[in-house]
Amino acid sequence: MSAFVSFAAVVALVLLAILGVKGAGLTGLFGVAIPYAALAIFIVGFLARIVKWGRVPVPFRIPTTCGQQKSLPWIKQNKIENPSGTLGVLARMFLEVFFFRSLFRNLKGELREGPKIAYGSDKWLWMAGLAFHWTFLIILIRHLRFFIFNVPPAVGLVERLDSFLQIGAPLLYITDVVFLAAVLFLLIRRFYIPQVKYISLAADYFPLFLILGIGCSGVLMRYFLKVNVVGVKNLTMGLATFNPVVPQGLGTIFYVHLFLISVLFAYFPFSKLMHSGGVFLSPTRNLSNNSRIVRHINPWNYPVHVHTYEEYENDFREKMKAAGIPVEKE
Amino acid sequence: MYNGGKIIIGLAIFLGIATLPFFSNIGTAVKRPEPSLDTPVIKEVQAQLGRKDVCVEPKAFMQANHMRLLNEWRDSALRQNKRLYISSDGRKFTISLQNTCMHCHSNKKEFCDRCHNYMAVKPYCWDCHIAPKERGGQS
Repeated sequence: MSAFVSFAAVVALVLLAILGVKGAGLTGLFGVAIPYAALAIFIVGFLARIVKWGRVPVPFRIPTTCGQQKSLPWIKQNKIENPSGTLGVLARMFLEVFFFRSLFRNLKGELREGPKIAYGSDKWLWMAGLAFHWTFLIILIRHLRFFIFNVPPAVGLVERLDSFLQIGAPLLYITDVVFLAAVLFLLIRRFYIPQVKYISLAADYFPLFLILGIGCSGVLMRYFLKVNVVGVKNLTMGLATFNPVVPQGLGTIFYVHLFLISVLFAYFPFSKLMHSGGVFLSPTRNLSNNSRIVRHINPWNYPVHVHTYEEYENDFREKMKAAGIPVEKE
Repeated sequence: MYNGGKIIIGLAIFLGIATLPFFSNIGTAVKRPEPSLDTPVIKEVQAQLGRKDVCVEPKAFMQANHMRLLNEWRDSALRQNKRLYISSDGRKFTISLQNTCMHCHSNKKEFCDRCHNYMAVKPYCWDCHIAPKERGGQS
């Protein structure tokens, strides 16, 4: 049900862009106003969400470790899986952010005959996730050629590597194929695995359908329906220099693509996509496991009055003596 | 904010990346390129046909689809040895980049390169083909 709602929402967004541009001719709204508004919501929302998370105290060390803790000198510490200092944490975070190390450990449980439960390694989610995120990043970098007038050589290099198969014209990008395949895998996975299907919400399906829509509209635009790319760059450069122009004769597919991206940007700060910023703030990853080295005191502890044994004895000394209980001080 | 310093550094990096297009273009004159159709052959054909739009296909189509057309031309000429192209308005052309396209568009620098440089596109046409000599003896 939530999948249908999400799919219908994305279809409605596509239709909205088509109707708005083709029907009502609102190219200024869809080409300039909405993208600016979406970017503003994205930046302000992103900052606000991170600041909100930053205000949550993390008084104690709660890293999830899976290696030998720093101990006696002759016991070898696992410095990445159980870091005791900043360097280990940096390495751990780097591997987490760039290679999804914790997802690499993904397991799959299976009930076998017996009945016996068996666990096995399941790397598909990790692989598809990695493919999806990296291709998305490369696609994002490639798009900089629309937003920077003097395109940096690095962007050109990424583009040439990405299209080095030299299939067709315009050249086929490898990332376009891998990206769509990975998104489809991540989507089908949610339908196919019953347990995953059970816990999937509209908030899981909607971003997937939206990103799939963005990918499909981009591929359609580049390889099939075709638009005048010089006109597209004219518009995007207008946006980037705060000098908006809306060139005539851009295809509707371009506005569909742009509108879906605007929706993604505006939706971003309110969605699970915020894990892009949140991963840096996850205390189970970004803390060193030094609880046995440093004493962490809760920052909002108020002074507690402790009733010591000495005070107790002072209170009851006579009664204790009368009852024959030994006392420390006569 | 707890660990405020680190979080603010992170947010500054985020802000830098998110607004990269805005400040990377400061001080550059951004102008939409206009490919030049000002060659003797094009003028002749325009006079002959009595209209401005004289390329093998209409201008709007060529703007969006010329790369696809060139790719089809290459496959047709080199892989199927078919060198006759009949355009949508019924004219016949020989399929050849150097002898047909570049015959009219003899000004590669003012025609091809203007948009390709603007878009940072580097087509690999001239890996195989001989780039036309520019007027005025430039190569």
